[in-house]
Amino acid sequence: MPEKVSLREAYGKTLVELGKENPDIVMLDADLSRSTMTQYFAREFPGRSFDCGIAEQNMVGIAAGLAASGKIPFASTFAVFAPGRCFDQIRMSIAQPRLNVKIVATHGGISVGEDGTSHHSIEDLSLISSLPGFTVIVPADAIETAQAIRVVAANHGPFYIRLCRPKLPLVYDEDYRFNLGKAVTLRQGKDATIIAIGIMVSAALEAAESLNQEGMDCSVLNMPTLKPADEAAITKAAVDTGAIVTAEDHLEHGGLGSIIAQLVTRHHPVPMEFVAIKDTYAKSGKSAELLQRYGLTAKDIEQAVRAVVRKKGA
Amino acid sequence: MSLPESGNSSSKTSAKSAKAEVFSSTAKTKVTSVKEMEAIAKRLRRHIISMIGKAGSGHPGGSLSAVEIVTTLYFRLLRHKPQDPQWPDRDRFVLSKGHAAPLLYATLAECGYFPVEELATLRQLDSRLQGHTDRTVTPGVEMSAGALGQGLSFGIGIALAGRLNSQKYRVYVLLGDGECDEGQVWEAAMSAAHFKVDNLVAIVDNNGLQIDGWNCDVMNLEPFNKKWQAFGWHVIEVDGHNFTQLIDAFEQTKLVKGQPSVIIAHTIKGKGVSFMENNPDFHGKAPNAEQVEIALKELE
Repeated sequence: MPEKVSLREAYGKTLVELGKENPDIVMLDADLSRSTMTQYFAREFPGRSFDCGIAEQNMVGIAAGLAASGKIPFASTFAVFAPGRCFDQIRMSIAQPRLNVKIVATHGGISVGEDGTSHHSIEDLSLISSLPGFTVIVPADAIETAQAIRVVAANHGPFYIRLCRPKLPLVYDEDYRFNLGKAVTLRQGKDATIIAIGIMVSAALEAAESLNQEGMDCSVLNMPTLKPADEAAITKAAVDTGAIVTAEDHLEHGGLGSIIAQLVTRHHPVPMEFVAIKDTYAKSGKSAELLQRYGLTAKDIEQAVRAVVRKKGA
Repeated sequence: MSLPESGNSSSKTSAKSAKAEVFSSTAKTKVTSVKEMEAIAKRLRRHIISMIGKAGSGHPGGSLSAVEIVTTLYFRLLRHKPQDPQWPDRDRFVLSKGHAAPLLYATLAECGYFPVEELATLRQLDSRLQGHTDRTVTPGVEMSAGALGQGLSFGIGIALAGRLNSQKYRVYVLLGDGECDEGQVWEAAMSAAHFKVDNLVAIVDNNGLQIDGWNCDVMNLEPFNKKWQAFGWHVIEVDGHNFTQLIDAFEQTKLVKGQPSVIIAHTIKGKGVSFMENNPDFHGKAPNAEQVEIALKELE
């Protein structure tokens, strides 16, 4: 089993490095800096750190004003509160004017665990992806997180980066270079393609390995840039393997599955299956228990692949 | 009273008579006499009526109530360069009550940010003058607004950036009184005092009316002055149609250190047009051709 590393730690530490390199980088948080790990930046650069208290709408507005004045604000809170709590503020103060604000939201998905429904962000990717001009990134491990944070700092415009609470096994090694807008082929196969994001990427690799024992040969694609999606890679996956399974810690509608389905339908329709949370809210429980209860494990992906391959043959 | 250095030519020309063609400009941004400001205010009101009348929709009431406030800022107080709208050291005016866009457009045109003739395109397809302000298309517009309650937070961000950069610019945010129903305004009010942004001034266009009626009936704001004080602001109340009081208040805010200032400007919604004054019907309704004619006659 590969080493498990915290994505939030990677964010916090990378932000400090960026802060040293660029004095225009500023940080905002909403009383969660010990959880989002912006606390490292706050300690290093107190004058460039603005804890806005438990007031996400105001935080987003201040971030927009800073960006309109040439600063590069990183604003963090839990994914359930941004975009959830401050959707209109993100829409009018950031998205419409395409301001250079980076929202780094932690605690995405039901893998948050015991805190329960109020803290399970299962709609955030749908909400944020609906906003014109927003780029949406969901890293799969700590290495990809550190890379993505650097890339968004260097690219102008509104970005949303979704991180999860649990530590995740490393998918990449230190030589990995995050390429904005590009999907990454982690495994090459011919029977079906599993397209996964975030916490589901290592589960997808595990599923592909296990299916291989059954004689089924799967591609695994990580799509860290959810929006704009890598249309060429998705189309190629449809053409090459003729069947697609998506996997995400998010509702089935509006997230990865919906985005891929729209593109596949447009460019090269093939059978699809969706590993995601169905139209429901999850309850309290340990992270692993919830992933199992709501159908987000390697086993669920395997089952979806078998189903999609059957449809393909029909 | 000493005035800030203007980034513009300070040459004086007399304001054109009130009978001047509606869409023509005085094209200067620094005047000193109240008499001149009164003439400009009248011109802005004429523009507002003509623009909204031509567009067939828009918000005359809350545009007319804030004319003296915005005139004082743009023609007396702000350091700005209409030829260089992105000048980094400009004072910032953030129109949080974005439905008063016609007032801001008329003012920017009179200052020379774009041709006065363009005012006639308000709300038309492909116009730079959108129904509510859009910072991506209109020269001189700092914020995309219209969804109420967001401007004060935006202004705090600009003020903090100025402080971080050791820039001397000041930030002025115009809010509506009805807008202060929004919770975000008070989140922002709390944080502005917390961050001690003394380069930030909020002005509330306190015309007493919102769409559904009088503030006190729809959602009571009182005790309004005490609320701002309790949130840590330096509070000044003025007659929002009195230039001398407005100038004095703005000058006073420059002396306030360590806390933000708010000017509660008591105004009359629809000010200057008899049938629009204190009439909530004209919050978001355009005058018809006949009403435009009557209004312009009143504003001669």
